Amino acid sequence: MTAELAEPASKIELPAHIGGGGDIPSFDVHLRVRRYNPEVSDESTWDDFHVTMYGTDRVLDALHKIKWEIDGSVSFRRSCAHGVCGSDAMRINGRNRLACKTLLKDLDTSKPITVEPIKGLPVEKDLIVDMEPFFQSFREVMPFLINRGHEPTKERLQSAEDRERFDDTTKCILCAACTSSCPVFWTDGQYFGPAAIVNAHRFIFDSRDDAGDMRLEILNDKEGVWRCRTTFNCTEACPRGIQVTQAIAEVKQAILSRKI
Amino acid sequence: MQVHKYDVVIVGAGGAGMRAAIESGQRAKTAVLTKLYPTRSHTGAAQGGMCAALANVEEDNWEWHTFDTIKGGDYLVDQDAAEVMAKEAIDAVLDLEKMGLPFNRTPEGRIDQRRFGGHTRDHGKAPVRRACYAADRTGHMILQTLYQNCVKHNVEFYNEYYVLDLLTVEEDAVREDGTPYKQKRVAGVVSYDLASGELHVFQAKSVVFASGGAGKVFKTTSNAHTLTGDGMGIAFRRGIPLEDMEFFQFHPTGLAGLGILLSEAARGEGAILRNSEGERFMERYAPTIKDLAPRDIVARSMANEVREGRGCGPNKDYVLLDLTHLEPAHIDAKLPDITEFARTYLGVEPYTEPVPVFPTAHYAMGGIPTNISAEVLQDNDTVVPGLYAAGEVACVSVHGSNRLGTNSLLDINVFGKRAGIAAAEYAKTADFVDLPVDPEAYTLDLLNHVRTSDGTEKVAAIRKELQDTMDANMQVFRTADTLNQVLTDIASFEERYQRISVQDKGKRFNLDLLEAVELGFLLELAKVMTVAALHREESRGGHFREDFPERDDEKFMKHSMAYKDEHAPADGSAEAIAGIRLATKPVVFTRYEPMVRKY
Repeated sequence: MTAELAEPASKIELPAHIGGGGDIPSFDVHLRVRRYNPEVSDESTWDDFHVTMYGTDRVLDALHKIKWEIDGSVSFRRSCAHGVCGSDAMRINGRNRLACKTLLKDLDTSKPITVEPIKGLPVEKDLIVDMEPFFQSFREVMPFLINRGHEPTKERLQSAEDRERFDDTTKCILCAACTSSCPVFWTDGQYFGPAAIVNAHRFIFDSRDDAGDMRLEILNDKEGVWRCRTTFNCTEACPRGIQVTQAIAEVKQAILSRKI
Repeated sequence: MQVHKYDVVIVGAGGAGMRAAIESGQRAKTAVLTKLYPTRSHTGAAQGGMCAALANVEEDNWEWHTFDTIKGGDYLVDQDAAEVMAKEAIDAVLDLEKMGLPFNRTPEGRIDQRRFGGHTRDHGKAPVRRACYAADRTGHMILQTLYQNCVKHNVEFYNEYYVLDLLTVEEDAVREDGTPYKQKRVAGVVSYDLASGELHVFQAKSVVFASGGAGKVFKTTSNAHTLTGDGMGIAFRRGIPLEDMEFFQFHPTGLAGLGILLSEAARGEGAILRNSEGERFMERYAPTIKDLAPRDIVARSMANEVREGRGCGPNKDYVLLDLTHLEPAHIDAKLPDITEFARTYLGVEPYTEPVPVFPTAHYAMGGIPTNISAEVLQDNDTVVPGLYAAGEVACVSVHGSNRLGTNSLLDINVFGKRAGIAAAEYAKTADFVDLPVDPEAYTLDLLNHVRTSDGTEKVAAIRKELQDTMDANMQVFRTADTLNQVLTDIASFEERYQRISVQDKGKRFNLDLLEAVELGFLLELAKVMTVAALHREESRGGHFREDFPERDDEKFMKHSMAYKDEHAPADGSAEAIAGIRLATKPVVFTRYEPMVRKY
């Protein structure tokens, strides 16, 4: 195509280093992947893989390289590959993270990197867990807007401040990194877990919603918010940066102040 | 094999599928089959907004939106469909708000709106604030809100059920003018349960395809790994044509080298594209609306800057998206996610440094042809009773040869809703069509062939080579030579594909097998796209032929329709290339005459 028009008038001086850099460095990585396939054995094992990776690569890229070039049976979920779909939460070096958001260069590559399924949910195969109990808890907190008022012809009004009140908890992608990092959830699978509480919070503090009391009632249950031991594992694990522990504290506070 | 029976089966649980499910589920017995958990769908990756002429912040109306959509699509848009979409956009946004979607708000508490590429006031006079948004995670909010409402309405999901075949029967029928033809009717679908490896047949009166796009035919793409064009491929194999497949959108601002999307909202909020000389180069190509020109124009301009030696970086192969003149607080409030992507994946701080970007394969304008009621067409005008499609898998066509930003989130809501209602209403009056004998036989053969093959070819290697040749030869600049190269390459990939084998021979969560099946769809679709691109000897919207750089309305103001036809003579004629027969379909005009497309 041809550029026939006037030269751009607005031009800036770019610093000399912009876009510099040269070749991306490569390095060798040792991954220890927790394997489990009940079709083969009831026992889980560790498999070791050595791959050469690059500076911008993530743990997901290493897993793909293993699956595509070494062992096609290594099984894990993934989709968007940039931290918004929530498919690939796993335990990397003992910490819950999204594989697609964890850059290899940010890990200590002088030692083996361990990759395991998230804890507290039944393992189906390798890094794949049964998500159904997790989504069951989510569904139980009534995670949808309930408004009993007259439906307006246009939008409901909401001030920017009221909208901001629950902004943090709207970011949840239901990856289960928080819930499966919670020691209470590990020992008591009946506990709602942080993600369900986060999603309840998102509606309890939405000025358009009328069912906050019902949700607080649900979370006042013995398997509700009071099981939280404030260990902050969930907050550390959240790949979206949600202040999960704080959200749980706000729900506890709301239960107390509303005297349910 | 298990057989299930539903009035309506919806294939896919992204925006279009769940919007359809909310309508259908309240009217008829409905199942949603999805190869991913619903909240994993790629609707959630959409960022910038959803346009509707609410006129909350400045004067606007749906007629201007209609015009912008048609001009943006370089006049290949069916104007009746664009009108429906722009008109129903307003209710589509209000529906979402009432379902609970947390839109950003104006100081008065109304839904806030911002600028987006190609959306203008009064037929191109200036950019207009039309995009309703929730920070730069509008798609995430839409996906979550729709899922929440599916939970509210007890929609029945079959998660990780991968649909692999569409069951149809053909009946002898006679047209009004007396000519006989074969009328297709839908009987159901065949799906593969990933967890168990078992096949499940779903008999249904209505089937809605809402399975998304096929971006993984390209290497550099904003699309998820799972976007492998399954729905398009299944329909095509069953004799449904694919419309306008040569038109693929390359989003201008993918993170360089990675393809991860950085929303056009960045430019809507004031970000500027610059080349290695620091120039705001869009002033050259679109003097009126500059960086907010439609995506095809911006992507081509960027590629041209790089080609003429004004690219940045050690290999001079990208340009820069400059946000450094914006207030950090403004960036945090309006563009938090995309700036985090730049930090996480490139180690670039957008407050102080411009971000390396290059076009990334983003969106299929073409797909399964439908009318404005989302009914699938088996030719230019014959509806397949009970078969519907909506969203990226479909071609209504509201996007023509280039989609405007935000119009996809709109498309899935408007036509997802229409599909859900239409499918349920049809099911109320229709009878089940008898399943064919051995309905699962085709799928079983397909899977067994892959599972038991002891060939030496690897799926990942063929896929990589396909993506490489598509990036090199089918991207923003195309010629007959580059397109013929792709077809030559695909012929060899198809031959090698016959000799693939998978290592995982098990039944549980066999994603190795799944990737092999997906590659089959990718090969088939890449070929259709390329054949259609070769045939269209003009440049229009997202399809740019360097050997035919002008739009040619006389010869090509029409949709292309590709049919799978094993008997199509491979005689080198443009209309029939190795198993694909090309035909055309007229564009629907209502009130807008084609004009030269300038911004």
